Amino acid sequence: MMTTTTPPAPAGTESVPGPPVTRAARVRRRLNSPIATGASILIAVLWTVPTFGLFVSSFRPEDEIKTTGWWTAFSNPQFTLQNYQEVLFGRSASSGQLAGYFINSLVITIPSVLFPLAFAALAAYALAWMNFKGRDWIYIAVFALQIVPLQMALVPLLSFFSEGVSLGGIELMPAWNLDDEEKFVQVWFAHTCFALPVAVFLLHNFISQLPKDLMEAARVDGATHPKIFRSIVLPLIVPALAAFGIFQFLWVWNDLLVALIFAGGGSETAPLTVRLAELAGTRANEWQRLTSGAFISIVVPLIVFLSLQRFFVRGLLAGGVKG
Amino acid sequence: MTTVALKDVTKVFPDGTVAVDNVSLDVNDGEFMVLLGPSGCGKSTVLRMVAGLEDPSTGAVLLDGELANDLPPRERGIAMVFQDFALYPHMSVGANIAFPLRLSGVEEGPRGERVADVASALGIGDVLGRKPSQLSGGQRQRVAMGRAIVRRPGLFLMDEPLSNLDSGLRAELRAEISGLVRELGVSTIYVTHDQAEALTMADRVAIMRKGVLQDVGTPTQVYGRPATLYVAAFLGSPRMNLLEATVYVHLDRYVTLNLGEQALYLPWDDIRARAVAHYHGERIVVGMRAEALTPVAPDTPGDVLQGRIRYLEHHGHESLAFLDIGATAIVVDDLGGPVTDERPTGAGRGLRRLGQVMQRLTGRAVGPGQPAPAARGARDSVLNDPGRHHRRPAELAVRLAPYPAVNSGHPMAVSVRMDAVHFFDERGDRIDVGWR
Repeated sequence: MMTTTTPPAPAGTESVPGPPVTRAARVRRRLNSPIATGASILIAVLWTVPTFGLFVSSFRPEDEIKTTGWWTAFSNPQFTLQNYQEVLFGRSASSGQLAGYFINSLVITIPSVLFPLAFAALAAYALAWMNFKGRDWIYIAVFALQIVPLQMALVPLLSFFSEGVSLGGIELMPAWNLDDEEKFVQVWFAHTCFALPVAVFLLHNFISQLPKDLMEAARVDGATHPKIFRSIVLPLIVPALAAFGIFQFLWVWNDLLVALIFAGGGSETAPLTVRLAELAGTRANEWQRLTSGAFISIVVPLIVFLSLQRFFVRGLLAGGVKG
Repeated sequence: MTTVALKDVTKVFPDGTVAVDNVSLDVNDGEFMVLLGPSGCGKSTVLRMVAGLEDPSTGAVLLDGELANDLPPRERGIAMVFQDFALYPHMSVGANIAFPLRLSGVEEGPRGERVADVASALGIGDVLGRKPSQLSGGQRQRVAMGRAIVRRPGLFLMDEPLSNLDSGLRAELRAEISGLVRELGVSTIYVTHDQAEALTMADRVAIMRKGVLQDVGTPTQVYGRPATLYVAAFLGSPRMNLLEATVYVHLDRYVTLNLGEQALYLPWDDIRARAVAHYHGERIVVGMRAEALTPVAPDTPGDVLQGRIRYLEHHGHESLAFLDIGATAIVVDDLGGPVTDERPTGAGRGLRRLGQVMQRLTGRAVGPGQPAPAARGARDSVLNDPGRHHRRPAELAVRLAPYPAVNSGHPMAVSVRMDAVHFFDERGDRIDVGWR
């Protein structure tokens, strides 16, 4: 009896994949084409050109910056570190001394990221997974507070700290009377309050999509709410925490308004943004320092973003967790 | 180890759905009780009320004779296995199994030992370091069981643990779960929609439909003497043949059951004839399973039904022939669902609109509890309306040897074993004498 075997495919013929069938596959193919790649590279380059120009400018001497455009630096290279030195370590009254303000920025930003994260995570968990009366109304109220513009609350907040709260002559809360370094408390307070509605909303979205079975399994296993929050919810919402953390960090680091009003006092509390504004504003003819000052200011957010960015994408796109 | 007693337990959800309607059930020490029913019948809700994850609207849940309505789940001495395993995805398998022990304060040394024991007993001792996402479905289910067993609870609660697995795995795990639970001697409440699982695993089966408990008993009891039409139709494969019959009593001689073109006769000395005789002139449901029917030669005397084969199903180990005998079928609605509430009027409607807006914003149901709907008590007649002009013709399922020498269109005669015939009234209740 003859057994027939299929002849081996002749060498060299590879199966050509057929045309993509689904719409998503078609889009993906178009987006991967050389033309699309070229177009995206072009757009990226165009977008980066101003920043690159600033970077080049920050290394040019003062006269060059003020007289010629940055692109001429390639034909006539004259580079110096004078700008950076002046801005960071200069001792004169008008020079940057950015080192101190850099520290101030860090001191303002890091707690302003950690406090809202902590409060919002706890609040979001309670609103999502604990049953109590009025829970939904509280959530709607917090959610609606996003509408309140920052500017509306500035004066009340300021008077709360400097004059205290009194109703009809009776003093409900005395003035805080914060001195120089203690003014940081005001800034932290302000940033935390303004960040909380968005934070609670974002984290609530994420936490409420965790599978209900996980919580129930933990409850049956013997966990109380704090234990569930610590052992199960927190590890699972790290992407959302990182995503919000990046947002909040960038927002607070670059914020000028709140810093000016609550911490604009002096060099003990003022952050980088205030100082940079002063540098450009007091005497507009010294703006070569802005170039280097700006780049120093960029370094930290860049580090934060690059180190947390994989969480960022996951946190935005991932709707929930598959058990 | 733990006994469970449910007394008149009812659960009405805030949007008015009656999930569980006056259920009373007992689970004895060490018993394997299966809650069986279609999707939406309330069996999972009953399980969750025993677990403490839901509170009953009325009624009492008693564990070991003590009222447990207000006890949180962790104080009830229970362990639960979920349908989608509910394993903690960020923890390793070993940490998953050890989690309940960690919560109850067991030290690390004895903890590790117990975890290792349980894992090796379940055959997952070598994957303790992996994360759940790296395991197959069967392994995940074993981890879930391990997490439940390691606590040494008094009561196991299992919510359709095998429905997410493929059928080959299901059969294997079925035997494993059954053996494991009996070996441990722990009372178990097992929820499923698969009647084969129920009949093979259970000490007792409780069938539910639309929140109402239909029947409770050993598999033999509920299969052999179903209490309601629904139970009769739900259990058994192929489904019990259910025919509409009109009763005519010939006093002291026999009772005729007129199936349409043919008739069956109950002799008067059959004790059930007296019970059926009450329905003289009315229509009842006559049920017979495929195993009560035997193919015979066409001119055999006795209780024989003549028919023509509509179609054949070949199952490999047997073939099923579906006969047209000129009778009308009773259709049993298999898809039980919770009873919906009625729309409120006027101000209630405005509040309802607000509730819907809030529901969309917060993503969960909100609003005042709706009153229980009126349709709870009434049950519709299972019989067809006399005026309907398209009544479904009955197809009588008969078991034959594999690949028989007959085909569609062939005539066939079957003899009926009258003692294996069931009778149900138009409400669906069993017509019988002196049964449980």
